[in-house]
Amino acid sequence: MAHKEDGATPRYYVPARSSMAIFSATALAMIALGAASGMNSMRAANASGGDWLLLYAGLIALAITLACWFSLTIRENLKGMNSEQLKVSYRIGMQWFIFSEVMFFAAFFGVLFYVRTLAGPWLSGDGAGVMNTLLWPGFDYAWPLMDTPQDAIGGVKEQAKAGFLANNGEHTGPARNMSFPGWENLLHWLPFWNTTLLVLSSIWLEFAHHSLKKGNRKGFNFWLALTLIFGFVFVYLQYLEYHEAYVDYGLYLNSGIYGATFFMLTGFHGFHVIMGAGILTVQFFRSIMKKHFTKEDHFGFEAASWYWHFVDVVWIFLVAVVYVY
Amino acid sequence: MAGPDKGFSRWLLATNHKDIGALYLWFSFAMFLIGGSFAMIIRAELFQPGLQLVEPNFFNQMTTMHGLVMVFGAIMPAFVGLANYMIPIMIGAPDMALPRMNNLSFWILPFAFAILVSSLFMEGGAPNFGWTFYAPLSTTYAPPSVTFFIFGVHLMGISSIMGAINIVATIFNLRAPGMTLMKMPLFVWTWLITAFLLIAVMPVLAGAVTMMLMDIHFGTSFFSAAGGGDPVLFQHIFWFFGHPEVYIIILPAFGVVSEIIPTFSRKPLFGYASMVYATAAIAFLSFIVWAHHMFTVGMPLVGELYFMWATMLIAVPTAAKVFNWITTMFKGSLTFETPMLFSIAFVFLFTLGGLTGLMLAIAPADMQYHDSYFVVAHFHYTMVAGAIFSISASVYYWLPKWCGRMYNETMGKVHFWIAFLGFNLTFFPQHFLGLAGMPRRIPDYSIQFADFNMISSIGAFIYGLAQLIFLFNIIRTIYFGEKTTKEQTWESARGLEWTLPSPLPFHTFERPPSIK
Ligand SMILES: [Cu+2]
Repeated sequence: MAHKEDGATPRYYVPARSSMAIFSATALAMIALGAASGMNSMRAANASGGDWLLLYAGLIALAITLACWFSLTIRENLKGMNSEQLKVSYRIGMQWFIFSEVMFFAAFFGVLFYVRTLAGPWLSGDGAGVMNTLLWPGFDYAWPLMDTPQDAIGGVKEQAKAGFLANNGEHTGPARNMSFPGWENLLHWLPFWNTTLLVLSSIWLEFAHHSLKKGNRKGFNFWLALTLIFGFVFVYLQYLEYHEAYVDYGLYLNSGIYGATFFMLTGFHGFHVIMGAGILTVQFFRSIMKKHFTKEDHFGFEAASWYWHFVDVVWIFLVAVVYVY
Repeated sequence: MAGPDKGFSRWLLATNHKDIGALYLWFSFAMFLIGGSFAMIIRAELFQPGLQLVEPNFFNQMTTMHGLVMVFGAIMPAFVGLANYMIPIMIGAPDMALPRMNNLSFWILPFAFAILVSSLFMEGGAPNFGWTFYAPLSTTYAPPSVTFFIFGVHLMGISSIMGAINIVATIFNLRAPGMTLMKMPLFVWTWLITAFLLIAVMPVLAGAVTMMLMDIHFGTSFFSAAGGGDPVLFQHIFWFFGHPEVYIIILPAFGVVSEIIPTFSRKPLFGYASMVYATAAIAFLSFIVWAHHMFTVGMPLVGELYFMWATMLIAVPTAAKVFNWITTMFKGSLTFETPMLFSIAFVFLFTLGGLTGLMLAIAPADMQYHDSYFVVAHFHYTMVAGAIFSISASVYYWLPKWCGRMYNETMGKVHFWIAFLGFNLTFFPQHFLGLAGMPRRIPDYSIQFADFNMISSIGAFIYGLAQLIFLFNIIRTIYFGEKTTKEQTWESARGLEWTLPSPLPFHTFERPPSIK
């Protein structure tokens, strides 16, 4: 905080003590403990609603703390307490945070790559291994994986009988998969509409940014609202997609590695879309209710828009390797 | 500027980089003692062949928890603490770039490790699948506490990523005018690259434990061949994180040693620029060598060959570093204060660990060494004589600057020689045990290994004792050490921290210093 010193303002920003961090850390610990104990009792089949209470309390506490923290930061900025240098620090922080998110997704994309190019073919007898003849006779690898190795040997019971194979649950392939149905069905294919929505929303968001930089508040609000509408429609369509997968296609998390990678990649992506839409919604209300953001100073919006573009890019990759290729 | 708060709120609500640095350092020492006591239990059980003290399952819990606590609780937070304390001072900044987030990064850790260590008292016991938590040991066959372990790892990861982002932002954005990148002290450089590694691989670790969680609780088959997954896939993901992780641990150690050796050689560091480039080269290579941990898992031959050669390539930049340290000392006017003793021991012993690493990189030879005590000896030469020795060196080096009191040099030297002796007694014989075929992570062993194991255990107890001397010396210095207000604790030390009074004022560099 810029305390005066000998009549001169120190150039550097040094904040006062803060209780935000310790509350956030406590909330995070509550979430971790609550989720872990909830999942464990769920697995031990003695779950009661109370097991998840700590998780919910932690989530609420974290939401409240972060809201306070961010609004404190915003108030400080509006009071002119943030130096140019601090603003640069925020930008660097956000950029590297997005890089860390890229690496998180990279892990899951890496899994998909490994399974499709190495593990799958090996399981069906490629290479020097004996896995196919000895462990999974009859398994033929194809992607999307409609019949799992477990299916190939006659289901979980046969696997249990084999004795030397660990039985860690049922992995039955789906009835149908989510892959690209061909150009003639393009318009009935949800991911096509989702791609369109997300790419357009990214473009609307750039329009919003340009309006803001020109000082056009109305234009900004309009384009941002349009971005949000497209984003939320995306989430709704993704819900329909999941519904279709579960109810019509018999594709579940435990439908073998195809279901696992499909749901984890689209799921984490969808979660990030919801996060990004939530953050943008906050920026929207800051703009219409509090008239926040000026031509030069609108980092909260800019960070949110970087995040949105990142989510968009992930989706493009995802459509390419999960749905089409 | 406001001074420090009174009482506990100073620490709980800290935003000052020195306070947070001190918190990290004390936390890591506490973890070091906890992880060390696990090691003592392991060595006590291995004192003689046969089962004496603990159940095999508990032995597995001890090896697992020892590794996890030491890597994530002791070594990493110690270097983050040093980074917090020293980087802003070394680059002429008033504090870290994002001080409140800095506080959050620290305070997550006690919660994370409370969760992890408390798993010892849970039904089914603590994680017992080794610190590398290979599936399916950590999924299908894991105790229920694995869920808590997974969320504990998530918390640590969040803490590490935020801490690393803070360090990157500080170094990129808060350097005093004139402090160009190639003028930064080497400790700052190595930490910049370390922080990059952290941001790149901690999310991958988070991905790995998330997949475990999904496999355990939600029916996915990432690591189960029954559904088309692959347990070996876990090892690939883990070591894609794990190999950069060992450089996350050792690069800051390189930095510390590159500060200390010039001081006590009374010569500038030899080959500064090559040190920077070598560090960057090591960091780059660390991303493309991970499967050298998996030579015996049944990779295709081309994979074995690629990972073998790529791994050996790391020896080139590492050797450049060792050459530079030795050349810095060459014809220097050397004195052997405690920090210097630890640093020279670092150079000598870390090089030994590097050489055994080179042996392990040879795929056909590794078929023999894999999972033997040779591996244990190898990585303890890098983790203990590498990381921990350099942490000891830096504490002695900067303690007078931190608290304005001089530590007891004799006691420091006693600490060093006992630690040096104890360390080598513990781990040198383990090379031979491994080459003779003693497997790691087993509580019992064949009678032929008895002598070396007893020597190793005695060495471990001696090394453990040395740490109590260390602790005593630190506490004695803080409260009763001889006062020193000298700016220049060591006569030929260079760097901005030595232009400031001792003890360091609560706020340093409220205005940027001028850098020549
Ligand atoms: Cu490695």
